[in-house]
Amino acid sequence: MNRAIFPHKLLPYLLLAPQLAITLVFFYWPAGQALKQSLLREDPFGLKTQFVGLANFKRVLADPAYLNSIKVTAVFSVATAFISMAIALLLAVQAEKIIRGKTLYRTLMIWPYAVAPAIAGMLWLFMFNPSFGTLAYPLRQMGIHWDPLLNGPQAMTMIVMAASWKQISYNFLFFVAGLQAIPKTLIEAAAIDGARGFRRFRTIVFPLLAPTSFFLLVINTVYALFDTFGIIHAVTGGGPGKATETLVYKVYNDGFVNLILGDSAAQSVILMVIVIALTALQFRYIEKRVHYG
Amino acid sequence: MIEAKPHSRLIAHFLLVLGLIVVVFPIYYVFVASTHPLETILKPPLPLLPGPEYINNYREALFGGIGRIGGVGVGTLLLNTTIMALGIAIGKIIISIMSAYAIVFFRFPLRLVFFWIIFITLMLPIEVRILPTYKVMVDLNLIDTYAGLIVPLIASATATLLFRQFFMTVPNELIEAARIDGAGPWRFFKDILLPLSTTNIAALFVILFIYGWTQYLWPLLVTNSNSMNTIVIALRKMISFADADTQWHLVMVTCVLAILPPVLVVILMQRWFVKGLVESEK
Repeated sequence: MNRAIFPHKLLPYLLLAPQLAITLVFFYWPAGQALKQSLLREDPFGLKTQFVGLANFKRVLADPAYLNSIKVTAVFSVATAFISMAIALLLAVQAEKIIRGKTLYRTLMIWPYAVAPAIAGMLWLFMFNPSFGTLAYPLRQMGIHWDPLLNGPQAMTMIVMAASWKQISYNFLFFVAGLQAIPKTLIEAAAIDGARGFRRFRTIVFPLLAPTSFFLLVINTVYALFDTFGIIHAVTGGGPGKATETLVYKVYNDGFVNLILGDSAAQSVILMVIVIALTALQFRYIEKRVHYG
Repeated sequence: MIEAKPHSRLIAHFLLVLGLIVVVFPIYYVFVASTHPLETILKPPLPLLPGPEYINNYREALFGGIGRIGGVGVGTLLLNTTIMALGIAIGKIIISIMSAYAIVFFRFPLRLVFFWIIFITLMLPIEVRILPTYKVMVDLNLIDTYAGLIVPLIASATATLLFRQFFMTVPNELIEAARIDGAGPWRFFKDILLPLSTTNIAALFVILFIYGWTQYLWPLLVTNSNSMNTIVIALRKMISFADADTQWHLVMVTCVLAILPPVLVVILMQRWFVKGLVESEK
């Protein structure tokens, strides 16, 4: 399209200046530094620096602790994305069926969106903490030895619960919007052909929700990878042992707590590659929507 | 229109109520805990209904109690968090609306280069450049300042892309008409574009306010002094599940105070928020 525009030479640069300045100082410069660091070996006091090529990457990728954190991240992200999307989809489908009370349900359903991830973690730990958590109490009564602060799989269960809980709101809103966008005529046609409730859902509604679901899958993966740092830091601190040490948590821990700069930078660069891949995926999806949506 | 059968509607309501209990219960329960004395909280199970210490707990927490545990009064914490959330929301809206305006309504050399420079920041979240960004903050003396909490977070591509997308739907005729009537770029922006964008701005404001309020990693890194903490970070420092001396009743009040403002913003601006969220992410 040929846009009508304002003929100005200087003004557009002035308008762009603030954002560009911040972007260059706080995004590009540090990202460049991370790339550079990842190829260097430096002692924690910054006295000696040496170019080591890809040695940092080799060491990081061979490190059992790093491989463990990849596994932890995969389990955590898949579980969080699946649980929060499944619950949200179930609830969104129910919300489509009812006539009265829609707004009320939605109003209450979006609360967790506004809760900080770290606080979400603390809420769940408060309910499930081994010494006086109200919901840990019945678990103990049932004879389960419940102690998420000492037991790895239980710690993972806790942070998955907290992370999925927080994400239900977001997924719910998108599934509701996705369901509303499905033409009612299609569903009516299926009904006339004799398809009953669940069959209609399985053969019509669910396939037509695929774009929404795919989009949410990407968003939820990004969320589980990056935005859940607060939950892990506040609830488990990566422990017990390294049972809940995700990739992002490890970057933070190696860089700020253990001060292994080269390794931390190499991990940052690996994360960068993951983000670029996920963003590319997300944009492919948007292209599709433009063409067929 | 196919109506669900009454019994299937009943099941739907049942499932929704069940879902709501899962979604709302943790928040409700913190509120309940904040109204009980410490002894009741430490002796499970905690009752399901608010307790008698409602006024006492809140009075104690607000007037000195939280300061005693965390070192800083709750007023400071809420003020810090509010400044950060508002700063990020307003700052982001202003700088992204400016750059989107430049990119859509002007033609100038390197326009597309600038667009891509902004766009690529989508792929550089703080986690992938964490240490070097921290170094920049130290070099610029931004540790423990409001500017340090706000400025690095106000540049991001999402808001700019959103405004750009919206500006591209503004019909050409509008600009031509404005120019014929003698309006310059500022006049057009102020009298035509801004009024058209109010819904988008409101929606974005809610999303960004929540984003700012719930930040964790960044304030954790750039604040050392307790008096610059946000309420979320302070809360994290107060809680110790291993420590028997934690003043849980006061911690719970702090928790309620940390949750309440963003929840209120979301609920009161629900209409814009839902529309903005679903549409901006498409």
